[in-house]
Amino acid sequence: MNTFTIARRELSSYFRSPIAYGVMCFFALITGFFFYSAVRFFLQQSLQATMMGQSVPLNVNEWVVRNVLSNISVVGLFIIPMITMRLFAEEKRTGTIELLVTSPLRDFEIILGKWLAAFVLYLAVLGISVLDMLVLFAYGNPDWRPMAVGYLGLILQGGCLLAIGAFISSTTRNQIVAGVATFGVCLLLWVLDWVSQFDSSRLFMVISYLSVTSHFDSFARGVLDSKDAVYYVSMIIFGLFLTSRSMESIRWRA
Amino acid sequence: MIKVEGLTKRYARNVAVDHISFEVEKGQIVGFLGPNGAGKTTTMRMLTCFMPPTEGSATVAGFDVRENPMEVKRRIGYLPETPPVYPEMEVIEYLDFVGRIKGVPTANLRSRIDEVMQKTAIGDVRNKEIGKLSKGYRQRVGLAQAIVHNPDVLILDEPTSGLDPHQIIETRDLIKGLAGDHTIILSTHILPEVEATCQRVMIINRGKLVATDTMENLSSRLHGAETVAVEVLPKDGSASPEWVRSVQEKLEKVAGVSRVIAKDAKDSRARFTVESQQGSHVRPELARAVIESGWQLNELHGMGLSLEEIFLELTASTYETKSEPTSEAGPQAAAEETK
Repeated sequence: MNTFTIARRELSSYFRSPIAYGVMCFFALITGFFFYSAVRFFLQQSLQATMMGQSVPLNVNEWVVRNVLSNISVVGLFIIPMITMRLFAEEKRTGTIELLVTSPLRDFEIILGKWLAAFVLYLAVLGISVLDMLVLFAYGNPDWRPMAVGYLGLILQGGCLLAIGAFISSTTRNQIVAGVATFGVCLLLWVLDWVSQFDSSRLFMVISYLSVTSHFDSFARGVLDSKDAVYYVSMIIFGLFLTSRSMESIRWRA
Repeated sequence: MIKVEGLTKRYARNVAVDHISFEVEKGQIVGFLGPNGAGKTTTMRMLTCFMPPTEGSATVAGFDVRENPMEVKRRIGYLPETPPVYPEMEVIEYLDFVGRIKGVPTANLRSRIDEVMQKTAIGDVRNKEIGKLSKGYRQRVGLAQAIVHNPDVLILDEPTSGLDPHQIIETRDLIKGLAGDHTIILSTHILPEVEATCQRVMIINRGKLVATDTMENLSSRLHGAETVAVEVLPKDGSASPEWVRSVQEKLEKVAGVSRVIAKDAKDSRARFTVESQQGSHVRPELARAVIESGWQLNELHGMGLSLEEIFLELTASTYETKSEPTSEAGPQAAAEETK
């Protein structure tokens, strides 16, 4: 109950500042561009394929949906810091955190409420890209199942990065620092995947496993792999756990 | 209502609060007085369960801050130094939010908010964004926030800081009006504030409680003497140094007067500070002495001992006697320090 009270307040504050609109606008433009270029490329390829005499039409899911979803997963790395940077940092700066901490609330209610608000905003942002996908349904015949799996992947990946962002925001009272650090960590978790290209030793496999994006690939292909789902869910829990530790330290150090 | 024993907060390098003990009874307004950085805020934060004490215990309404923080939080209303408001929210919306997280039953919430807005006189800005309110209003919203769940104990950290004189008076009256229903601890470094609002005062300096008593006891205990300010005009002409000296001699002869200090004469009037032994009512005698000599008595008033003086004396004595186990603050404070 308290969790929802916190989440509701947090969400309404998102929509009263330019953040929510800025993020949505940015996201709509970028994904719109990716969608457009993917579709154009797809049309070009299909045209060529028909001219080459290929009778089986190219798969829309394979060519457009998978591409766009992969791109969205990268765009997510940019928008998540914008969403999470103020979560705790702002409250620490203005002192409203004192209100929350001295109210009869449990830490997890505060943290979960804030994460939930960020998550709902993230879902709303993702929702914009669904409009693009609807265009495919209007003019083509894509398979919705792999697409749904892809979105599930985006949702899980977002939830996990949001939890990490919430943790980073709780460690500072400066929004900008929180935003930049979160962006850095997001980027790092993305880049980690690349090391597996050079080497396949056990160490590199472990590092690659930690990468957020490497777990997204199977979702993008429309494959629901429990291994990857487990990774995301445990990262969410881990991020929120770190946040709760950090909340506790506010009390000890403040 | 509040019981604090040996409360200590230690940081890596320094001790912010050093074995403080006190008790506050139900319905009292207690002033927590001390210079900036004396440990007032830290003590309040420990009482409100914002941070745990390093040592010692504090109980609010019978619940220990460490064992039972949830129960304590339910019973405390807290106004930190800067009101914890969300600038983008409307007043009524904010109070609704605070009411909910403080656990006010939803059925009562509406009427409770109306009541609180009436008490703090913020009904006229109920639909305004808090960020657009003046500082005085914002402070009152902060106060409304602290009492929305009708707590037994109110803890106010410098409730009048940054307000203009008019707003300060309003806020003080508001706080006085809240006493009775609530037990109030307020902190301040402004001395007249305690005199104006509190029944009891606790003076804290460098993390230690140097005195705790009622206002009256505190001033009488510290000084046996009563101080009276006297201003005398000559019958005619200007105040010559000889004449001033003669007035001083006359005043010194009044029974009960122990010392007369002449202040610089100004605009042909002579000003004195007369100290007398406690209990000797010298004011009528002083007046008679002046009138009978044919001078004009322009001003005569008792100065008592202002809190300012008490404060300076107490805080100064802790600086001087820092190495000694007891201070000159009086038996009670001394007992606390040796604990």
